Amino acid sequence: MDTAKGVLVFGEIVDGKLAPVTIELLGAGRKLANELGEELSVLLLGSKGGSLGQEAIAFGADTVYTDTDSIFDVYNSDAYTQAASGLCKKALPAVMLFGHTDIGCDLAPRLNGRLGGGLAMDCLALAIDPATKFLVSTRPVYGGNARATMVAKAARPQMATVRPKTLPAAERNDSRQGKVVMIEDKIDPSVMKIKVMERIKEEVEGVKLEDAEVVVSGGRGIGSKQNFEMVKELARVLGGAVGATRPVCDEGWTPAGLQVGQSGKVVSPKVYIAVGVSGAMAHITGCLGSKCIVAINKDKEANIFNVAQLGLIADYKEVLPALTAKLKELKTA
Amino acid sequence: MHTIICVKQVLDPEIPPAKFKIDPETKKVIPPAGVPPVISVFDERAVEAACRLKDKNKGKITIISMGSAKAADVVRHTLSMGADDGIVLTDDAFENLDSFGTAYVLSKAIKKIGAFDLVLCGRQAADWGAGQVGSILGEMLGIPIITLACNIEVTGQALKIRRIVRDGFEVLEAPMPSLITVSSEIGLPRLPGGMGLMMARRKVIPTWKAVDIGAEAAMLDKANSHTEVTGLSVPTRKSECEMITGVTLVEAAGNLAARIIKLV
Ligand SMILES: Cc1cc2nc3c(=O)[nH]c(=O)nc-3n(C[C@H](O)[C@H](O)[C@H](O)COP(=O)(O)OP(=O)(O)OC[C@H]3O[C@@H](n4cnc5c(N)ncnc54)[C@H](O)[C@@H]3O)c2cc1C
Ligand SMILES: Nc1ncnc2c1ncn2[C@@H]1O[C@H](COP(=O)(O)O)[C@@H](O)[C@H]1O
Repeated sequence: MDTAKGVLVFGEIVDGKLAPVTIELLGAGRKLANELGEELSVLLLGSKGGSLGQEAIAFGADTVYTDTDSIFDVYNSDAYTQAASGLCKKALPAVMLFGHTDIGCDLAPRLNGRLGGGLAMDCLALAIDPATKFLVSTRPVYGGNARATMVAKAARPQMATVRPKTLPAAERNDSRQGKVVMIEDKIDPSVMKIKVMERIKEEVEGVKLEDAEVVVSGGRGIGSKQNFEMVKELARVLGGAVGATRPVCDEGWTPAGLQVGQSGKVVSPKVYIAVGVSGAMAHITGCLGSKCIVAINKDKEANIFNVAQLGLIADYKEVLPALTAKLKELKTA
Repeated sequence: MHTIICVKQVLDPEIPPAKFKIDPETKKVIPPAGVPPVISVFDERAVEAACRLKDKNKGKITIISMGSAKAADVVRHTLSMGADDGIVLTDDAFENLDSFGTAYVLSKAIKKIGAFDLVLCGRQAADWGAGQVGSILGEMLGIPIITLACNIEVTGQALKIRRIVRDGFEVLEAPMPSLITVSSEIGLPRLPGGMGLMMARRKVIPTWKAVDIGAEAAMLDKANSHTEVTGLSVPTRKSECEMITGVTLVEAAGNLAARIIKLV
């Protein structure tokens, strides 16, 4: 383990650019590397990897490892695991960081299994223990009811997936210097056991949940798919996105892609309106970053009122139509 | 077709947050009195997925659960849903294992069970929710891994899997055997019927200890664990919720509208 050195960020490329979460990881990774007095490197897979190398350096990387094989242009678990483990075995990073994204959630645990490291998922904070130099990862447990800190004493690399939009992005500095290293190993096609047959995009009407400034979420309290239309109507009037709790998605009142929470999406709009939502921590953890949470629930004891800033204790059926109508009126006025 | 499913018994995740208490010293949760532990939600969905495969293609389902002797309760629940056999893995040496230790014990048990075509896990446990035991286990078994499945079918000799991604699905084809982690989008679990409950009551659920599965002491030694929990706390939330009122509910709704419009 003493030979393991430096911080390696697993970089993601989205629409030909460095993913926002990668820039956040470069910011966090730079700090950790400075505290360790070691290097920050980043792995970029795919045909854009080379051209984005300078960009990653501007955001703080000392070394960019890249494999520009177009095989990496779409995510394949087998190929990515092979490439990342190959690099780790050579570069021997002490710390490796991933975004808690589709790719990170799939790749990090597998890579951990293969390398025998120590991994903490969905981290909200990272630090270096000044005495031991261990990475200390903070992550929610028990559906967000509690927080745990974890360390890996001997296992390397010390790995973490970090929730997007929780750590500040790195600042860009185009005068920074660094080197780009091409990975020469070719992927052995025999490792590719799983075939990707198709990718299906689920179109949602209206604003995208993650980008919305207003989110209106309905919970099990809405009672039926038909009544869920009232939640959608309020979202429409506010120009916001529709969200839902897990039971609502399970019942098929909305597509699964609209689930907010620990096992769904994390949103941080200006206003989050929760209707008929009890406020289980596993849900709340997905919207705690909102500027203002508004709760409508008929149960005054519901936990949602412990996290909301504005509350209305009522049967939603008796207030939602009036609320929607009034907002429509105010919007057009 | 033989499917092995790893299920975990957990503290009921639906206990109200006000009842959620921890002991920071031992870094453990204090289970509220009178609330029985339950099967981890996503693991129950994995059982549902396997039962659907069995409904269509016949075959056998074996359940393994590592935990206390009480884990037999969740194993029995899965038997009543349609699983054929269940085994509880319990040993003092299995207590407080990290993800690697857990995956190691599960892998040793699976090797002892013998031939299989599919291993299912939940996407994450409902308590510590590490979300990694399945993938580590798959690597240990040296078989292909697919995470976050929301549908599984058998087509000839292969598995066809729908996998959840942020903005939709992927359709994948994998050989057998593979390891698949299951997400809740697979659909609601079935309720056990009278027959199922009766059969489940009669089944003997063996318990296997470390020696029975040939687990090496060094692999279970806490001194060798990959990760260690150094702290556990309950975050304090300090929201002051302002309750909006009105003479009538319609007026209250109007008052709330006036507040919301200022925020957007
Ligand atoms: C590991 C794990 C991950 C999870 N991930 C997620 C996740 O990502 N997202 C998620 O949402 N959940 C998640 N859950 C589930 C979560 O724990 C809760 O079960 C869920 O959020 C509850 O949804 P709900 O509030 O819609 O339903 P309920 O808890 O049933 O609440 C319904 C509420 O509606 C109110 N109500 C009923 N009728 C009316 C009415 N007429 N007018 C007004 N109010 C009314 C009730 O008072 C109640 O408060 C997860 C759980 C686990 C264990
Ligand atoms: N003690 C256990 N016994 C059986 N299966 C387990 C156990 N712990 C974890 N698993 C399986 O691994 C999955 C992921 O767990 P985790 O990585 O801890 O979130 C669970 O959904 C289970 O399928």
